[in-house]
Parts: sequence; C-alpha cells; structure tokens
Amino acid sequence: MTDFFILMKQELIIMVIIFILLAIKIGRYRSNEWLLDMVNLLLLVNFAAGFFFNKEGMLFNDMFRTTSLIVLEKNILSLGILIISLQSYSWLKNHKHVLEFYILLLSTLLGMFFMISSGNLLMFYLGLELSTIPLAAAANFDLQKKKSSEAAMKLIISSAFSSGLLLFGISLIYGTTGTLTFTGITTHITHDPLQLFAFILLLAGFAFKISVVPFHLWTADVYEGSPVAVTSYLSVISKGAVLFVFVSVLYTVFKPISDSWYNMLFLLSVLTIIIGNLFAIRQTNIKRFLAFSSIAQVGFILVGITGTSQLGTTSVIYFVLIYLFSNLAAFGVVSLVSAATGKEDINDYKNFYQTNPVLSWVLAIGLFSLAGVPPTAGFFGKFFLLMSGAGQGNYFLITIAALNMVISFYYYLRIVKAIFMDANDHPIEKLAIPGFPKIALYMCVAGIVLTGLVSYLYDHIHSLTQVADTVPFIGK
Amino acid sequence: MFLSSLIIAPLITCVIILFCRGLKQVRIISLAGAIVQMILAFIFLIQYWKERSSGNTSAMLFESDHTWFAALNIHYHIGIDGISLAMILLTAFVVIAGVLVSWTMEKLSKEFFFLLLFLSVGAYGFFISLDLFTLFFFLEVAVIPKFLLIGIWGSGKKEYSAMKLALMLMGGSALVFVGLAGLYFNTANGNGAHTFDLLQIAQMHIPANVQKIFFPFAFVGFGIFTALFPFHTWVPDGHSSAPTAASMFLAGISMKLGGYGCLRVATFLMPDAAHAYAPVIILLATIAIIYGAFATMMQTDLKYINAYSSVSHCGFVLLGIGMLTRTSINGAVLQMVSHGLMTALFFAAIGMIYSRTHTRLVAQLGGLLKVTPFISTVFVIAGLCSLGLPGLSGFVAEMTVFMGSWQNPDKLYRLATILACASIVVTAVYILRAAGKTVMGPLSNAYDKLTDATWNEKIAAGLLIVAIVIIGVAPFLLYDLVKPGTELIMNKILILK
Repeated sequence: MTDFFILMKQELIIMVIIFILLAIKIGRYRSNEWLLDMVNLLLLVNFAAGFFFNKEGMLFNDMFRTTSLIVLEKNILSLGILIISLQSYSWLKNHKHVLEFYILLLSTLLGMFFMISSGNLLMFYLGLELSTIPLAAAANFDLQKKKSSEAAMKLIISSAFSSGLLLFGISLIYGTTGTLTFTGITTHITHDPLQLFAFILLLAGFAFKISVVPFHLWTADVYEGSPVAVTSYLSVISKGAVLFVFVSVLYTVFKPISDSWYNMLFLLSVLTIIIGNLFAIRQTNIKRFLAFSSIAQVGFILVGITGTSQLGTTSVIYFVLIYLFSNLAAFGVVSLVSAATGKEDINDYKNFYQTNPVLSWVLAIGLFSLAGVPPTAGFFGKFFLLMSGAGQGNYFLITIAALNMVISFYYYLRIVKAIFMDANDHPIEKLAIPGFPKIALYMCVAGIVLTGLVSYLYDHIHSLTQVADTVPFIGK
Repeated sequence: MFLSSLIIAPLITCVIILFCRGLKQVRIISLAGAIVQMILAFIFLIQYWKERSSGNTSAMLFESDHTWFAALNIHYHIGIDGISLAMILLTAFVVIAGVLVSWTMEKLSKEFFFLLLFLSVGAYGFFISLDLFTLFFFLEVAVIPKFLLIGIWGSGKKEYSAMKLALMLMGGSALVFVGLAGLYFNTANGNGAHTFDLLQIAQMHIPANVQKIFFPFAFVGFGIFTALFPFHTWVPDGHSSAPTAASMFLAGISMKLGGYGCLRVATFLMPDAAHAYAPVIILLATIAIIYGAFATMMQTDLKYINAYSSVSHCGFVLLGIGMLTRTSINGAVLQMVSHGLMTALFFAAIGMIYSRTHTRLVAQLGGLLKVTPFISTVFVIAGLCSLGLPGLSGFVAEMTVFMGSWQNPDKLYRLATILACASIVVTAVYILRAAGKTVMGPLSNAYDKLTDATWNEKIAAGLLIVAIVIIGVAPFLLYDLVKPGTELIMNKILILK
C-alpha cells in the first residue's frame, strides 16, 4: 500500500490539488488575486514534491510504471505548468472562471502523467484522452471571442479523429499479438503486414498529437484562436508529454521493427522541417508564427529520434526541457503584450525595444534559443538532436536539417529585426510587468542560459536513460 | 597559465557594462577591458617565448582540459600554439582600436559596447579551442552580435546586409557542423568512444574516403566565413553597412575565423582530402583574387572598395592553404594577420573620414590631406600596405604566399600563382586611384572646416600602424612565432607525399 502512495505520488498530488480547488469552488473565495496566489503556491509545491521520495516500480498488473526517468519527465511538465500559470497571471486576474480553468488544466496534466507512466496501451489511451478533452474546453476560454470557440472545435474534432486512428491501431495490435501490455507487444511484434499497418495507424495518431506534417493542419488555427496560456500549454506541455511517450514506445515497444519506423521517421522529419519552416516564413500573426515554428521544431526532434535509443531519448528529453524554457520565454512576452494591448501581429512589435527593452531582450533570447544560437541552451539542444541523428550515419538527413536551421534562423531573426531595427512611430507602449509573470520570465531566461552551459542536466538525463535502455521495463 | 582568462576577461567587462550608466562610463570600462585583453595577450606571448626557448616542444602550450558533456565525450579543451597566439594578438589589437574609434557612439552606447566585447569572446574562444565542439560553439557565438551591430548601428541598407551576413554565416556553420559530426563518428580510440578532440583526431588516421566526403563540408563552411568564392557576397554588403568598429571586427577578425578553421580543422585533420581537393581550392582562390581585384576597380564607395579588396586579399589566404607547401602555409597565416591589421586600419580611416564628411563616395571627396593630414596619412598607409609596399606587413605576407605557391611544381598551380601575382597590379590601380582622389587634388569648399583626428582616433590608428610596421620591418618575429604551428600541420601533410 505504501508503494501505491509513493509510486503514484505525483498523480495523487495533482488529484489533491484538483479536490482543493473543487472545495474552494463549493465554498467562497475572496478574490481572483488570492486564488491565483494560492494556485501558484500549490503548483510550486507540486513541482518541488517531485524531487522527493522517488521510487521505481510497477502497479496494477504492470499497467502503471515509474522509473527515475519518468519522474524526471513529470517534473519537467510540472515545471512547465508552473511557469505557464505564473505567466497567465495578468490574463486570469480579470477572468470570471479562473477555478474552472485550473481544474481543466490540471486534469489534462493528470492525464499526461498517466500516459507517461502507462505500461499498457489501454492505460495509455485513457491518459491520452484525459489529457486532450479538457484541453479543448480550455481552448474556449476567451469566452467573448469567436475564434476561441472555433479553435476549441477544431481541437476536439482533430483529437477525436486521431484518437480514432490510435484506437484502430491498438485494436489491430491486440488482434495480431493478443496482448496490450508493452512488454507483451515487444515480444510478439514482427514485420507482419497487418502489424505494420497497425503501427502506421498508431504512428499517425501520435503524429496528430505532436503535429507532424502531414497531420499538422489543425495546429495553426488552434494556436491562433486559443488564449495564449492554452497555446503555450498546447505547444510545450502536451506536445512534450506525447513526445516522451512516443520516444519510449518507439525505442522499447517497437524496437523489433526499428528498421521500418526508421524510414518512416526519416521521411516525416524531412517533410515536417521543410514545410514547417516554409509556412513559418509567411506568417504575420505571432501566435500562428510560433505555431509553425513549433512544427519545424518537432521535425528536428524527429531527426533526433531517428538516432540510437540512448542518445535519442536523452537528446529528446533534454531538448523538450530547453524548448519549454525557450518557447515559454517567447510566449510569456507575447501573453503580456496580448493581455495589455490585444496586439498579436508581428508588425506591432516594430521598435518594441524603444519602449520595452527588458521584454525585448527576453523575447530575443527566447527566439535565439529556438533558433539554436549559442550561448543559449537551444544551441546545445539542437546540436545533440542532430548528433543523435548523425549517429546512424545518415548524413543526408543531417545536412537537410542543418541547412533548414538556416531557414529557421531567417524567420526568427525577422522578429528580432522588427523589435530592434524597424522604425515605428507608435510602438507598443511601455508595459508594467506584474510580479508573477516577471518571475516566470526570469525563470525562463535562467533556464535558457544555464541548461546548456551547465552540462550536469544532460549527463544526468543520459545516466537515467542508460538504465532505461538496458532494462526497458522493471521487473522483466 | 590560465588561458581561460582570455574568455573570462571580456565576459566580465560585458557584465560590468550592463551596470554602467551613460556613454562616459561605458566607454571607459570598455577601454579598460580592451587594455586588459591586450595585456593578457602580451603576457601569453612572453610566456610562450619563455616556454619555447626553454625547449618546450609540445604542440600546444598552456593546455587545460575539462570534461564538459561526458555523455558525448565533449571536452572544454583549450591550448595555444604560435598560430593561435598570432590570432589572439591580432584580436587584441583590433578590439582596442575598435573601442577607441567608437569613442563617441551616442546611440544605445551600452548595447553597442556590450555586443562589441561579446564578439571578442567568440573570437578568443575560437582561437584557443582544441575541442571541435568548443570551437564550433564559439564560431557561432560571434554571429548574433554581428547581426545586431550591423542592423542597429549600420548605415545604408543595413537590415538587408545584416540578414544576409547572418544567414550566410549560419549556412557556413551548418556545413561545418555536418563536417564535424562526420569526423566525430569516424573517430574511434580503441574502446569505441568517439572524440571531438583536435589533437587526438590528428593522431588518428581518418580513412581517405571518409575525409573526401567531409572535407568539402568543413572547408566550404569555414570558407564562407573567409569569403570563399562564390560565397563571398555577404562581405561587401556586410562590411559596408556595418558601423566602423563592426567593420573592423568583421574584416579584421571574423574573416580570420574562417581561414583559421580551414587550416586548423579542414586541412590539418583531413590531409588526404586536402590534397585531393587542392585544385578546386586553388581555382576558387584564384578566381576570388582576380575577381575581387577587378570588382574593386568598379567601386565608388570607399567601404565597398575595402570590402571587395578583402575578398581578393582573403583569396591569398586560401591560395596559400591550397598550395600545401611549407612556405605557402606560413604565408597564409602571415596574410591572415597582416590583412586583419591592415583592413582594420583601412576601415578605421574610412570611418574617420565618413564621420567628418558624411560621404564615402570617392567622387565627392578630394584634397583631404590639406585639412586632415593625420587621417589622410593613415588612409594612405593602409592603402600602401594593401598594395604590398615593402616595409609594411602586406608585402611580407603576400611575398611569402607567392614564394610558397611557386614551390609547388605543378604547371597549372604555377599559372594560378602568376595570375594571383598579376592581381597586385590591379590592386595598385584601385588603391592609388582611391587614395589619390580622396586625399589629394583640389579641396572642396564644404570640407575646409574639417577637424583632424582626435586623440582616441590617433591612438587607435597608431597602434595598428605600429603593428603593421613591426611585421613589415621584422617579419621574422611573426614568422618564428607561427612556424612551429605550421610545421605541425605540414608534418601531417608531407607524410602523404
């Protein structure tokens, strides 16, 4: 029984927080400010608690598993939701339904935790659904805006479609292997055409969730319409969670057919990088722009996944962490500007530096990190992703990816150019930065600077994946 | 010796600048930082001489090695030999001159000096790195400051130039990355671990067919930084749009990163491929030399003149590397140093003229010697150095390259050498024409109230001129410094013959 409490510690904390919020909802609370302080404190506790009393093991007939690596992945997500919550302070302060927003958001986080910990396809599917459906409701949280409802609608329909694909794939796998546990599938999966077909369906389902080309079409509209908090949540947290599962599923469950999925990933990564990049160049809305740039980033992640398992897993987890800091630095500034002025066009950012030098540097550092320029962490992240891909000896792929980094460089620099160089008589007025968003931005900048230069994190993740690599599932 | 101090000193300066207020404080701190860099560079020079004269013949001195990313066997491994030391000295000179000529930079002065010194972090780090990852890291560190310096403080079509420069240099880095990754995964030191360590890779034998795949990536990648034809197009736009100090940095140091990389990484680590591709390198270098010289003839803007002539002069560096003889490689290194000093001086002089006359067009200038004798003299000295007047560094460097190139007995190579030599005549034409029209002739009425150089400009120009003359009069000083370094590279190449 103690095992149950320790192994499911992180899930239980989230549940407790949700219940606390529900209790507050039933009762009464003083003001939004008080509530936000409270929630942020709880989220901080949640993040900090992730570092203590960790144990590896499995529960419920191997349905639920925890390893140090999984704990780390969950901690990354907890950190992400904390930063997003701090950043959305100015937006939520005057919102009528703060509690509901957090309950929805935390439910999705709970779903992600279950998904990451799953040792069984059914459990995985359950977690995935829990992590997407509340999110669609959260996407609708700009209650006055039509675009917001449109985004929510698109998100729910495309999620449902991809879930359908996943379920079809899962059922075929069950039909051909007779099992749903990850370990069982690994021993039974072969190059049988029906199993490959099932795998392709699963892959398509995953591709939808992490918006890999050609399954990316929902991304831009949803990102544009949703409130900035939800957009950043979608692009960082939910993508990161699915990526964590994706990596572990590919490298362990589908290891026997790695030669097949290598080619698929190769094709998908090239397509994703190129198309993501080309569309990002054309965007004028900064949220749409970040949406397409995040598609291209996923392409780079796929390049990393084509590598061998240990280096691949390490690089992907490391990159997701860096991507979290970089993207949230950019989204943090965008959310402040959007909450104060409602401006979301790249042209509005012209001469931003004149009025908001600090925010400009934060945004620029975030963009540099996304572009992969040293000394920001993004450079290290991209470097290790590409090194992981290069480990397979496919230098064609690496060359394409490296040259595409130049294209991505162009559109990131375009915004830097608008901020620092373009003339504008009416730049965005000087914004007051409230305490919480300021802390969040500093956290992001510190993360961007330190995650790369300090090698400890990468080596730490590497040592964790080593274990995961040699012993794919504990107890077996 | 604590070699990392070369990186730490400018970084500390940058941090202090962040807390400064106003131009006066910022520029004092920047100058102090630049002087510290210079002192450090000379301390290392003296220590280097001591070590060498006491019989220390190890390839690299002052080495220090720390594990950085253990998982990929990436080290922070630094150390210097004569070539790096020459480059470090060059950087120190250009930085101090750059800070001095920007003495009255009113617009966003804090950001300007911050970026300028941050740029020098990249340069020093690059020159002292002995680990390919660290080297690549510092190579890219220098790109963003250049972009911002040109885009914010530049003139003319600055945004376009800044973007073009940043993208082309990033493209170069991307190619370099592929080359380095290819090298990395083809190294194996017994227990199967790969390495980025430059000295370790140099002792391994990378298979020739592997070298032939990755040499072009590394060489072209670094070549873009040093204006390898046909990837030289960022040079004229970038240099001419940049503010004076940034131009000096770009042409003086930044382009040398490429030459140094071509030599130290591409040629040194992949000698078989360097032999195989030598004809291509020489062809491209010769084209750059001739084309650069003739393109300069057509320019009317002083900065464009110097920028295009840089294409031509950096062609000599690549020619020297491509010829693969002892003397020619020495010449290439000498040319890098000489061109760095000379072009920085040239841009400084142009900047001084422009800040007074507000034009850089040769046709609108004239007779400046009468009102601004100091600046005009500096301008003429830079020009004479550029066209290779004996007694100045340009002559020494170019002469060595030509001598070395001629030693390569191949007939076609000799033809290339003759063509390259002939370009000197063209150089003389455009330099003398520009200098003649600018400083001599009738003085326009608009310019008769001009003031001559201020103290800071005088010191900046003086420092560079002293360095140029020392190399020109006593070239053995520099030659002896770089010789052990080039010897190391040549030993690797000559084994093949």
